[in-house]
Amino acid sequence: MSQTRKQLLVDPLVDNNPITLQVLGICSALAVTSSLNVAFVMSLAVIAVTGFSSLFISFLRNYIPNSIRIIVQMVIIASLVILVDQIIKAYAYEISKTLSVFVGLIITNCIVMGRAEAFAMKNTPFNSFVDGVGNGLGYSLLLMCVGVVRELFGSGTLFGITILDPVNNGGWYVPNGLLLLPPSAFFIIGFLIWGVRSWKKSQVEEREYKIQSLEIH
Amino acid sequence: MYDSNNIFTKFKNMPVDGIVKTVIVATALCFVCSMVVSFAAVNLKSIQEVNKAIDKQKNILQVAGVYHEGIDVNKTFSSFQPLVVDLNSGKFTDKFDPSIFDDKKAAQDPLLSVSLENDPASIGRRTNYATIYLLKKDDGSLDKIILPIHGYGLWSTLYGFIALEDNLNDIFGLQFYQHAETPGLGAEVDNPKWKAQWKGKKLNNENGELMIQVAKTQKYKEHHIDALAGATLTSNGVDNLVKFWMGKDGFKKFLNNLKNGAA
Repeated sequence: MSQTRKQLLVDPLVDNNPITLQVLGICSALAVTSSLNVAFVMSLAVIAVTGFSSLFISFLRNYIPNSIRIIVQMVIIASLVILVDQIIKAYAYEISKTLSVFVGLIITNCIVMGRAEAFAMKNTPFNSFVDGVGNGLGYSLLLMCVGVVRELFGSGTLFGITILDPVNNGGWYVPNGLLLLPPSAFFIIGFLIWGVRSWKKSQVEEREYKIQSLEIH
Repeated sequence: MYDSNNIFTKFKNMPVDGIVKTVIVATALCFVCSMVVSFAAVNLKSIQEVNKAIDKQKNILQVAGVYHEGIDVNKTFSSFQPLVVDLNSGKFTDKFDPSIFDDKKAAQDPLLSVSLENDPASIGRRTNYATIYLLKKDDGSLDKIILPIHGYGLWSTLYGFIALEDNLNDIFGLQFYQHAETPGLGAEVDNPKWKAQWKGKKLNNENGELMIQVAKTQKYKEHHIDALAGATLTSNGVDNLVKFWMGKDGFKKFLNNLKNGAA
């Protein structure tokens, strides 16, 4: 075992973050981060799905025929996602209305498939579960960071509690409407990736080409 | 009796990529997964239905101005009387049970709805039967009436309720419970400040003409709602859908009948 369990859990938070380093799962990060409540429930859903899908896939890894392995993984992931979706609809109805289609789209979240294919197919169930949860946490951490920026400056609230009193309600803060729209998450994620890579130089990818210096004769 | 161990070892020893094993694994997995999913769906369905119903009731309470945090929605809602209205005749009907009648489903059913030629609210088909809610005063006279409305905005169909005072002309409130308009712009239809404008506005003038208007410029103070800044198309949508539902293809006939005691 090259990694300890603790590493499996902690590494994906910053050192091997699925969003900033692997640049996976961006689409849902754009869609669900305009408010923290929604981002939080989405995070829990993704953690549950990555954790348990890795667990079950790892249990079955020796029985999964290679020719249909992706489909088998998809079936397991999809079943778990539907399960989570049903539970959210039953116990957090208000939030399920805002999450709407995005819970269903966890199925296509590359992080889940990526962990199943890259880790769970080769490792023991418990380690796979820890790895899945770790990656879910890494995703969640980023989601919450983006969510804090978007909700605070986009609508002046955090978790729905007013921090900056917006003009529409008679306060002083003019909310930045751009931050409530999906494109703003691109900028924020971009800045975060820049920040993380300036901090941890080892994450900087090598250039595929170099600009040649040209000598003028 | 067969030896189950034998079958398992046989299964284990099969080549992982063989056709037989592939089929067995696929079938077993699909079976188990479908069991899990359908078990969850069936078991949670009743809770989900209750949630949906409470959410709708909550919106009715909000538009009628009786909702506040922590209230028992179900209990408060029991003072509202649901009734089904036939929009063509403008009269109450007892053809359907109002507690379970579904307007949205009816609008899809060719037997229960009409295809609209004049369709400013862009809804395509309009149900012939709509569920409305009456809130009565303690002495049994009408306090408020809540009517369902919907129509297209910029991105989505807005579903909501409008509450009228007992004179059936003054608006008490308007609220949308489902829409997907732009956050910060069109979604400001949910802003309490904007919604507060509706209170006290009059639908019709003295001659009974429908005058209510959501617009940028004010023509008649008592009929005017300020359009949302930066959300022209959503505002136009709200304008159109309120005019449609309060007009002759909507509830106008029924409201007139109710006023004259003929509903």
